[in-house]
Amino acid sequence: MADLKVTIAGVPFQNPLIAASGTFGFGREYAEFYPLSTLGGISCKGITLAERPGNPPPRVTETPGGMLNAVGLQNPGVDHFIKEDLPWLQKQGTVVIANIAGNTPEDYCRMAEKLSYTAVDMVELNISCPNVKQGGVQFGTSCAGVEDITAQVRRFCKKPLMVKLSPNVSDIGEIAAAAESAGADAISMINTLTGMRIDIRTRRPVLRNNTGGLSGPALLPIAVRMVWQAAQRVKIPIVGMGGISKWEDAVELLLAGASALQIGTVFFTDPYAPVKILDGLNQYLDRSGFSSVSDLTGRVCPW
Amino acid sequence: MKYDTGSCRILEKQQLTVDIYDVTVDAGKLALLAKPGQFVHVLVPGHTLRRPISICGIDRAANTLRLVFQVRGEGTAQLAALNCGDSIDLLAPLGRGFSLGNTGRKVLFVGGGIGVPPLLEAAKPFGENAAVVLGFRSREAVILKEDFEQNGNRVQIATDDGSLGHHGLVTDCMEALEAEHFAFEEVFACGPAPMLKAVIRAAERLGVPCQVSMEQRMACGVGACLGCAVKLRREDGGEYYGHVCKDGPVFRARDIVWED
Ligand SMILES: Cc1cc2nc3c(=O)[nH]c(=O)nc-3n(C[C@H](O)[C@H](O)[C@H](O)COP(=O)(O)OP(=O)(O)OC[C@H]3O[C@@H](n4cnc5c(N)ncnc54)[C@H](O)[C@@H]3O)c2cc1C
Ligand SMILES: Cc1cc2nc3c(=O)[nH]c(=O)nc-3n(C[C@H](O)[C@H](O)[C@H](O)COP(=O)(O)O)c2cc1C
Ligand code: FES
Repeated sequence: MADLKVTIAGVPFQNPLIAASGTFGFGREYAEFYPLSTLGGISCKGITLAERPGNPPPRVTETPGGMLNAVGLQNPGVDHFIKEDLPWLQKQGTVVIANIAGNTPEDYCRMAEKLSYTAVDMVELNISCPNVKQGGVQFGTSCAGVEDITAQVRRFCKKPLMVKLSPNVSDIGEIAAAAESAGADAISMINTLTGMRIDIRTRRPVLRNNTGGLSGPALLPIAVRMVWQAAQRVKIPIVGMGGISKWEDAVELLLAGASALQIGTVFFTDPYAPVKILDGLNQYLDRSGFSSVSDLTGRVCPW
Repeated sequence: MKYDTGSCRILEKQQLTVDIYDVTVDAGKLALLAKPGQFVHVLVPGHTLRRPISICGIDRAANTLRLVFQVRGEGTAQLAALNCGDSIDLLAPLGRGFSLGNTGRKVLFVGGGIGVPPLLEAAKPFGENAAVVLGFRSREAVILKEDFEQNGNRVQIATDDGSLGHHGLVTDCMEALEAEHFAFEEVFACGPAPMLKAVIRAAERLGVPCQVSMEQRMACGVGACLGCAVKLRREDGGEYYGHVCKDGPVFRARDIVWED
């Protein structure tokens, strides 16, 4: 058995598989299937300073090789999270990552400050939610925006800070470098790509929000490419995600440059996916003679 | 355990109408957990999202679940192409089903089209205390009539074109029952939104509570992704988005806020 442990920004994970924000709630529903300690960590549903009702339905639909969502950051607010969800989560034997989104830099800073004095292990800065008018995506799509918001939050955040990047940009390498130079301890990528589907009978967009975020297997090659490009520009660890549905996909993202991984949409297809992916990853490492999963990071041999 | 996944072998398959199929699967322990009005989330190989299908019948002795579904698109077409001996992967049982209460009470079940299946198992324990009004487009679209009759329920059919039973709406039949002094104490309904709204209005007029089974597009099916929103009213009058897969699919009619 190879060593699956990884350390990201000083935080030890028992394995590199983390549940992606928004696909796993606050963990309770999936604890029916297996202990949450099966996962290296959980990135919780994106939270905002005040409670948010979310978008009107329909909020999700299938697409070739994936799905669209426009949940619109429905969440009970940061205080409720700290009081009602965190105490239970911190007892589950897995790393707890708080994913935060806001309308203004002040929102982000106040949340980061509040979370600094709680049991969360890490803060993930969501500056890439495409589904709300002010979901932070305006901070996430330019280098100046990323640098500014990261630097501001950095001053208030006593926890390791991970910045989650949007793929809806033209040069992901520059954006990653901006996050690093502003003080991010790690980068997670990628969030969803903006997409749209139309019901041809009604001529209405399927989603009530018209557009939504594309996730699932269709995203994998884009994630692999972007992680690879970002890895060439930064020294801080990259947590890779986007379309992982089997262990082979996980290996690809690690080879591209990721040090740990998040999985999201695959939970909807198969709630037991993490168990299967970890098993396959372990066997691959043993077969290929790698003693540790971290030996895979960035080991692609480009032409 | 409340729910789990399982590979379930198809034991029986029947075609009920031109596009509606009836399958019984060996669901093992999942059948023991199931309650009327809950649903299963079916994996369609090659597809990212599972398809929600209501539980139409539960046989705890045989560990089987019965599913009745209509071909609506690619996913359901793929399921319809499966045969006895093939297996389907179910995530089940999910959601909150009907609260049946005292089955010695007189109650009314109202179903429309493909909304009929989830009512069958719920109506069973009521026997002749349940009046069942089922609405369909035409005689060719009628499903499960004999099954409700086997429950001992008093079954009436309404069709849009008058080709079977009452020529008109299910709500006409509700009024007729009232005129016959069949004093039902609660209504259970599932069907297309316009029908549900009309049934709820009729129940309100009669002053009887109503439970309805709702649909919404789903991803996780367990309450984690917040995809399947439905607007609900709190006791204090405030509105919020609940979720069909976890808070429902069965809701008290008075809690639902209808949008559009
Ligand atoms: C709680 C619940 C119980 C249901 N019970 C039954 C049942 O017992 N029998 C039955 O025939 N149908 C039932 N449905 C509807 C059934 O889920 C859809 O007809 C089915 O998902 C269509 O899939 P498709 O791939 O054939 O269609 P497509 O249109 O190709 O599907 C595309 C996507 O939209 C989703 N979708 C499309 N229509 C619906 C819908 N009406 N509700 C939810 N998602 C939809 C699909 O799941 C899929 O993700 C139920 C729906 C819900 C929410
Ligand atoms: C239903 C849904 C909700 C999501 N909500 C959030 C969120 O609140 N915050 C966030 O940073 N990302 C959110 N995401 C994006 C995922 O965390 C992830 O970046 C994306 O889905 C790509 O990974 P995947 O293909 O493995 O799902 C959401 C994705 C989905 C499908
Ligand atoms: S489908 Fe995920 S919350 Fe209902």
